[in-house]
Amino acid sequence: MSELEKALSVEEEPVRTAKAGLQRRVRWDWFRERLLLYAAVSVGSILGSVLRALASLAALGWFGPGFPWGTLFVNIVGSFVIGFYATITGPDGRIFAGMYQRQFVMTGICGGFTTFSIFSLEAFQAFHAGEFALAGLYVGISIITWLASVWLGHSLASRLNRLGGT
Amino acid sequence: MQDVLHAVIWVALGSAFGGPARYFVSGLVGRHVGETFPWGTMVVNVSGAFVIGLIAAAATVDGLLPMPSAWQLAVTGFLGAYTTVSSFSLQTMALARDGQFLKAGGNVALSLVLCLSAVALGYGIGAFGLGIGSA
Repeated sequence: MSELEKALSVEEEPVRTAKAGLQRRVRWDWFRERLLLYAAVSVGSILGSVLRALASLAALGWFGPGFPWGTLFVNIVGSFVIGFYATITGPDGRIFAGMYQRQFVMTGICGGFTTFSIFSLEAFQAFHAGEFALAGLYVGISIITWLASVWLGHSLASRLNRLGGT
Repeated sequence: MQDVLHAVIWVALGSAFGGPARYFVSGLVGRHVGETFPWGTMVVNVSGAFVIGLIAAAATVDGLLPMPSAWQLAVTGFLGAYTTVSSFSLQTMALARDGQFLKAGGNVALSLVLCLSAVALGYGIGAFGLGIGSA
């Protein structure tokens, strides 16, 4: 064994220990990041969903059960907010938001606030009750207003992004 | 007021898991199928629509589910948070802004057809399984 090989073999053990330590560290960082992301989504989701439930209750109290105004309202507002926020915190955005903040607001709050399943159920229930016009109207109005509001939110944020100053 | 407080607690409990479940499923689907088309959101919304149909059928049987807390926990809370319109809208707009109008239109049409079919199928299967009859 040459002098060089001897020197290398002596270093092998500490290098291996350091490598293993680094791998543990990387795994732990990955785990902690996942945990924090899921926590951010969960807390945001609770906030959005409780707000949605209250909005639906309020709409039911104000307008009665004839038309699902509550769900329509939350889906329109949620689409607007996600369009605005995604653009204002995007690559050319004037507001910086980190990964956790973006997941908290978009995946958590907006995702929890809006709902496709309850929308589908309401449309189906109207259809099932024989109210075909109401079902069709609800689906048609929903899809148009959702897409219009996400575009509106995005356009407003793009305009703000293009304004001078910081 | 007491009722509203109870509703808020059940909804909070369900949504604490519904949102993360969506994040997990859409991420999983996205990683396996790729991100060029929003399949993740589609899978989440269609599966949520199917389950909501099942629960809606079960809810028509008196005394089967502890109402209204079961509805608040599973439907308003979990499934309400599990499924999403905001991501669907954002992803559809992103496709359209990218000039991929066929994909944007396809996402809208497919989401509507599949989700409405899924809720009807879930309700039908639930009603049949519970012997309600008029499914």
